Amino acid sequence: MIDREQVVHVARLARLELSEEEIERMQSELSGILEHVDRIQSLDLSEVEPTSHVVALENVMRPDEPRPSLPRERALEPAPDPYEGAFRVPSPNA
Amino acid sequence: MSIRELIELSAAEALRRITAGEISAAELFDAYAAVPDELNAYLWRAEPGAADGNGAGAGAEGPLAGLPLAVKDIFCTEGIATTAGSRILEGYVPPYTATSVQRVTDAGARILGKTNMDEFAMGSSNENSAFGPVLNPWDTSRVPGGSSGGSAAAVAAGLAPWALGTDTGGSIRQPAALCGIVGLKPTYGAISRYGMIAFASSLDQCGPLTRTVTDAALLLRELQGRDERDSTSVGIEGGVELPSREDLRGLRFGVPRELGPDAEGIEAGVREVFERTLRRIEELGGEVDECELPHSRHGISAYYVIAPAEASANLARYDGVRYGMRDPDARDLTGMYERTRGRGFGAEVKRRIMLGTYALSSGYYDAYYGQAQRVRTKIAEDFRAAFESFDFLVTPTAPTVAFELGSKTDDPLAMYMNDYCTVPVSLAGVPAISLPGGLAQPDGGGPELPVGVQVIAPAFTESKLLDAAYALEQAIGFDARPPGFGGGEA
Repeated sequence: MIDREQVVHVARLARLELSEEEIERMQSELSGILEHVDRIQSLDLSEVEPTSHVVALENVMRPDEPRPSLPRERALEPAPDPYEGAFRVPSPNA
Repeated sequence: MSIRELIELSAAEALRRITAGEISAAELFDAYAAVPDELNAYLWRAEPGAADGNGAGAGAEGPLAGLPLAVKDIFCTEGIATTAGSRILEGYVPPYTATSVQRVTDAGARILGKTNMDEFAMGSSNENSAFGPVLNPWDTSRVPGGSSGGSAAAVAAGLAPWALGTDTGGSIRQPAALCGIVGLKPTYGAISRYGMIAFASSLDQCGPLTRTVTDAALLLRELQGRDERDSTSVGIEGGVELPSREDLRGLRFGVPRELGPDAEGIEAGVREVFERTLRRIEELGGEVDECELPHSRHGISAYYVIAPAEASANLARYDGVRYGMRDPDARDLTGMYERTRGRGFGAEVKRRIMLGTYALSSGYYDAYYGQAQRVRTKIAEDFRAAFESFDFLVTPTAPTVAFELGSKTDDPLAMYMNDYCTVPVSLAGVPAISLPGGLAQPDGGGPELPVGVQVIAPAFTESKLLDAAYALEQAIGFDARPPGFGGGEA
């Protein structure tokens, strides 16, 4: 049902590196899960509104006032490569 | 008092004795901190004597008077490493504390440790932790359930009097059932999720794992409430009352045909304990009748689209940029993302990210995610309709007692079926409690293990739910302790 090409495509969308073995296993596992999940496809629910959240809440508002937030140094502390007050990432041209 | 006597106390009883000056909070904390963790229940543990320096506020004051508490490692705790059971967050020390943890520590609770869990709360056995599985204190060849397995095992084994957990599709209730303790999943929106690492945001909820119903009420009372940092939190109007009800007269209990004792995959021993519990309800004056939740049989299908879809978006943040691990060998940005995520995530998390990304991808969105959300509407409507005729619904919490380590790891779908009775409740967003109904042998024989009974109530009626659960708890009189309690020495 799910072929190799689809697994590779979805893994790229998800920014997930998979080994050859993982790609193989993912094909059969995802197919098995989707086969079960596909049972809901046969239900006629075209008139039913989808539920994204069960609590009926809309537009929770608060005054837009500046307040103290996490200091920059604290926010940068857990970063793998903080540099001059920013998050540094690898760049092939750097 | 001896260590054993101290750790035998329920949280409410310990609180009473601390308040009366019979024991000190520090003495209780140290007693728990001294019990050896032979179950891999903790990922981080406070040292004895650390009650005042463990990241919590100063002084053992407030309504929780210094009571020690275990916290699932999914809650951010300032200054204490938080991994969510994942390699990708190894070494991460959050710069802030989750609101739920802050509330209970402000109320006087002291953090005993951070408990092991399935990676990012994805799992029903705790075998998906990057730091090794938790063992069930009733039988260490078996799983404690998951994903809050460390919290459940710690409370059951006398490593903590109570614990915080999270429940997305059953992650508090199922491990509570498999470890023989009480687990409450409050109504969606009852408790702030700020600082609670997100898995599936339309389902995730924080809740207590305790040894008694009263303890669950005690902890929920401090946890619940609106938080402006989580706009989905609304709190429980009127707060939470401590339970005191002694009978169930005038209350109607529905047993959903689809999730009841005759549902597919329910073990004989689980059925027996469940049916005995129904008789107890009747003896207490409650009415028991069959009811229907016709769409709940599609709960697992809908859940395993919705939860992975939301997870795939929530877990996009683990990209090696702002926190956690980074693969050091990548030469460009995309390669860094892909390698970091490929190495940092475990098998189940990858599976769910793939499943969710697929379900949300162009051309499949409406067929999978849209359809699953429509099924969710029908499931929620079924619950609303059932609550027009019944005050509560009752089901077994899990189809089986604790199963053996490794027995379901090669079959994701068999693992997902553990959540058969808990997932529809999560999709409907209503509260449910699992309490120990008794002990039963697994199919195929073996030692007797705990069986959980799930009581489900309408949204935001936690006080009534706890009251009914309390009456039932007193009638059941479950007081068995696992052989591993307190490190195994009785």
